[in-house]
Amino acid sequence: MRAGAVSKRQFSQRTAFSLLIIATIIVVLPVLAIVIQIIIGGADAINWEFLTEAPSQAGKAGGILPAIVGTFYLMLGTIVFALPLGVMAGIYLTEYARDNWFTRVINLAIVNLAGVPSIVYGLFGLGVFVLLFHFGMSLLSASLTLACQALAMTVTTSREAILAVPREYREGSLAVGATKLQTIRHVVLPQALPGIITGAVLAMSRAAGETAPILVVGAAFLLPGLPQSPFDQFMALPYHLYTVAAHVPGMPKSTMWGVALVLLVVVLLFNILATIIRLRTRQRRLNA
Amino acid sequence: MKINTELPNNTKVTSQSKTRLKTESVNLYYGEFQALRDISLDIPERAITAIIGPSGCGKSSFLRLFNRMNDLITGARVEGKVELDGIPIYDSTIDVVELRKRVGMVFQKPNPFPMSVFENVAFGPRRHGRKNHVELEDIVEKSLRQAALWDEVEDKLEQSALALSGGQQQRLCIARVLAVEPEVILMDEPCSALDPIATLRIEDLMRSLSDNYTIVIVTHNMQQAARVSDMAAFLMMEEDRAGILVEYGPTTELFTNPKDKRTEDYITGRFG
Repeated sequence: MRAGAVSKRQFSQRTAFSLLIIATIIVVLPVLAIVIQIIIGGADAINWEFLTEAPSQAGKAGGILPAIVGTFYLMLGTIVFALPLGVMAGIYLTEYARDNWFTRVINLAIVNLAGVPSIVYGLFGLGVFVLLFHFGMSLLSASLTLACQALAMTVTTSREAILAVPREYREGSLAVGATKLQTIRHVVLPQALPGIITGAVLAMSRAAGETAPILVVGAAFLLPGLPQSPFDQFMALPYHLYTVAAHVPGMPKSTMWGVALVLLVVVLLFNILATIIRLRTRQRRLNA
Repeated sequence: MKINTELPNNTKVTSQSKTRLKTESVNLYYGEFQALRDISLDIPERAITAIIGPSGCGKSSFLRLFNRMNDLITGARVEGKVELDGIPIYDSTIDVVELRKRVGMVFQKPNPFPMSVFENVAFGPRRHGRKNHVELEDIVEKSLRQAALWDEVEDKLEQSALALSGGQQQRLCIARVLAVEPEVILMDEPCSALDPIATLRIEDLMRSLSDNYTIVIVTHNMQQAARVSDMAAFLMMEEDRAGILVEYGPTTELFTNPKDKRTEDYITGRFG
């Protein structure tokens, strides 16, 4: 073995290592750049008034309270519809469904549900909830529309969480004469709950960021106050960001970045919450 | 290898013993695969019957016939008669939930629920509609005493069952089964995950429980079968891997004077 050969191999080792680390840095750079840009640009806009007042002068002055509240209502409305349906479908698919063509079609549909472009959900919501069911352009229509989109996620995460419950628990329960339903209710669901909640929280954060679907089913350009009923129109952060950025001339830059910052914080908070729930569950499993 | 154990010298099974569980010409299939072939066996009440045999011979499948646990497997199909107190348990009128209440089961790996010790034992009674807390406390204490666990967990009732040792967890699982007052207890290699001392405790417990319960135990451990059981059945598989019953009789006889050459080979360690 010659010394030269070794250093050549070491050289290619180091080159590969450097390339990989550079690639990794390039991957995170855009994310970092976005976050830093938004914080620098938006920090000036954030103050008590901005967070607690309604907009005035087409959003150039005042605050964004209706958009913040509207976004929270949307998240809530989405999850109220998507979670129970998703969990129930997840239970059916894992505990009851037999492996036949019907089940396979359902599974295929769920996978594809996640791949449908969001504006298509918007048009579906417009056709069905706004026009057919006469819910009008409203918070209700938008929540239902986003719920349809979130279903793919709540069904999938519920199913995964239920499948992860060890078979031994189910058998132990059935072996003392519990019914299947009792086993699901008292043994399987409590165990699957953290996973289900994680999925729900992620679905909510996705709903918070959606712009295209709500555009056509009830998001308003500007509203002086908060929605008073599910049948009212509403403001939402992502759509408000779109309007202040693209449709209002003379908009102060800091306002745009400020809206973006608030939206980012809302979404990040929910993602962090989901991560915490997941980590705590894993910790508990390891301790057990 | 020589089996060197004290055999239970005065077996509890006499010619007057009543049959509690019975199989007659039972075949069990998983889809196309035949797991058990033509098994006929009478299991006496208030005694311990051990099912022994090499890995994969269908011991566990056989045990799971009696509480219809095989029903959970898609494609499982049973032919022939399986009876509990003369009642055919595969009859379409049988309530499986009621059957499992009468025929409890303890598994290979201790599987306490991730709940408190108390809730684990109260689980069965609660599912069967017992709500009164005082009543539940009585059941829990009685069951834990029967399972020889009360003294160790008396002041830990509200703690997680998962914090108990493996042997304690297994006794807790036995208490959980006892709490629904079954007549039969099926045990599927209940000590295979336990250390020798915990194993002996469970064996002692089984001996004392057999005064009131019919126990069927699947075990890999020949010494264990010899130590605890009154009756023993030797299963092995045929060419197509279907399990058959080779020999069945009082444990003392099966171990000291096996009638079948294959039984002798197995218990003296020549295969398996």
